[in-house]
Amino acid sequence: MSAVAAEVADPRVVLSARGLGKDFAGFTAVNDVDLDVHHARIHALIGPNGAGKTTVFNLLTKFLQPTRGRIELLGTDITQTKPDKVARMGLVRSFQISAVFPHLTVLENVRVALQRPNGLSTQFWLPLSSLDRLNARAEALLADLGLTPYRDSRAADLSYGRKRVLEIATTLALDPEVLLLDEPMAGMGQEDVAMVAGIIREVATQRAVLMVEHNLSVVADICHHVTVLQRGEIIAAGDYATVSADPRVRTAYMGNEE
Amino acid sequence: MAGKSEPAATETVAIHAKAGQIKIAFLAIALVALILAPQFLYPIFLMKLLCFALFAAAFNLLLGYTGLLSFGHATFFGGAAYFTAHAVKVWGWSPEAGILLGVLGAAALGLVMGAIAIRRQGIYFAMITLALSQMFYFFCLQARFTHGEDGIQSVPRGRLFGIINLGDTMTMYFFVLTVFVIGLLIIWRFVNSPFGMILKSIRENEQRAISLGYSVSRYKLGAFVMSAALTGLAGGVKALVFQFATLTDVTWQMSGEVILMTLLGGIGTLAGPVFGAGLVVTLQNFLATSDVPVTIITGLVFMVCVLLFRRGLVGEFFATKLGRKLGFRSES
Repeated sequence: MSAVAAEVADPRVVLSARGLGKDFAGFTAVNDVDLDVHHARIHALIGPNGAGKTTVFNLLTKFLQPTRGRIELLGTDITQTKPDKVARMGLVRSFQISAVFPHLTVLENVRVALQRPNGLSTQFWLPLSSLDRLNARAEALLADLGLTPYRDSRAADLSYGRKRVLEIATTLALDPEVLLLDEPMAGMGQEDVAMVAGIIREVATQRAVLMVEHNLSVVADICHHVTVLQRGEIIAAGDYATVSADPRVRTAYMGNEE
Repeated sequence: MAGKSEPAATETVAIHAKAGQIKIAFLAIALVALILAPQFLYPIFLMKLLCFALFAAAFNLLLGYTGLLSFGHATFFGGAAYFTAHAVKVWGWSPEAGILLGVLGAAALGLVMGAIAIRRQGIYFAMITLALSQMFYFFCLQARFTHGEDGIQSVPRGRLFGIINLGDTMTMYFFVLTVFVIGLLIIWRFVNSPFGMILKSIRENEQRAISLGYSVSRYKLGAFVMSAALTGLAGGVKALVFQFATLTDVTWQMSGEVILMTLLGGIGTLAGPVFGAGLVVTLQNFLATSDVPVTIITGLVFMVCVLLFRRGLVGEFFATKLGRKLGFRSES
């Protein structure tokens, strides 16, 4: 698990991709992407719309099978691994469109994530009350993310921002080694953005975070590494100051920067 | 997921303080009604009704609670009827052993059909189950032990546990009622269990369930086998009720009929399929002696229900203010 490609001062690499590529019926959506995600670091994946950011996410989490290249998670080759297995290995993702279970309560949403690691997902003969022993852990997560007042509300009734926060709570319930967040702040109000940024910074002290984000001030603020994609290829990588000074990045973002 | 609009938030209705007791009262009334029913109605008709109600409830475990539309459940219903009938008549097994064989046989068929079909979704899933059940139909048509068009006739009901004589109609009725209640209790527990919770989450958002590390196809397969086994329970008991196992029960029309019953009553509720089955069986029974073509009437009833009561009869009641006040929840 040694950090092969990383600088000496960098923490270990937990997720790495080499020469990653994906073709859709002759169209190359992603090509030759190299990526190293480090423990306790926040890594941003940015780029204009249609640059292939979500496709990279789908490839890394194996929701899509790469056409080329190789992916390693915690030193294990996962290029051929199924998505649910990848999740069990510690790589958990969120989705661009908020992914909650709408008809379950907020508490139940988080508990569903806790059921599998606690061995309470296959018992069809036990009553639902057998899940109550997961409540303490679920409630602690809700409290951390300020969702306690909504414990018994249906997820569908939450505001958009809170749904995203619930999604993060559910993801954190798995205590993943690597967290992939697909536009966690999209469509959020300013105060929610600040709160979620704080949460992400907090959770990244113990795990790696890779996030797709359009809000460049957030990226500048909390991300250690930035990779810029354009038309499926990396055009720049480094810290925010480096990539934002890169002329190619400036061109790609011309008129797009807020 | 994308593009799927969430239902408009309904006004929240405070659940009645005595909702729990009222529900229990409902159940008690229903049970007493079923115990007294054979005094007023033809017991064989009632037993048929109970068998189909259990069949529909077992089918709904898949459609309502897992979100899988199987078009091949006749295989498990009719298949179990053949297994039970053969074991009891030819091998001289006791009725409980015969029914157990029906259940296990249906579960085995469910494992095979499920393992093949679960790889596909939606209409493809339905078509694969239909194709496989048609194959099973032809197997039953050709196989020796099913006696083709004749079916397995005059199956003895025998003695339950070697003691209770099921030849007596009223005894048989209470046996069927007991099996029905146990079957529903199993389904209720299955739905309200840790496993049921995962099924629900898969139905709500499959991609998310995968991303939480759930091997979705295994859970679906588990539900499929459970549904097949309980359908087998209904089929095996039906063979003893009518003392007859026939090709009718493995036809695709039978698979269609159970879909109709379930949709009529309302998917995603436990009581829905039971009511739906009751309605369809009753209609068939009363119209059978009249000149009115049964299939046209049931077809019309079905169309009216689908157009007017999208949630099914019971589902619509659960969604009313009164229903919600009593704490009922429709899952769809």
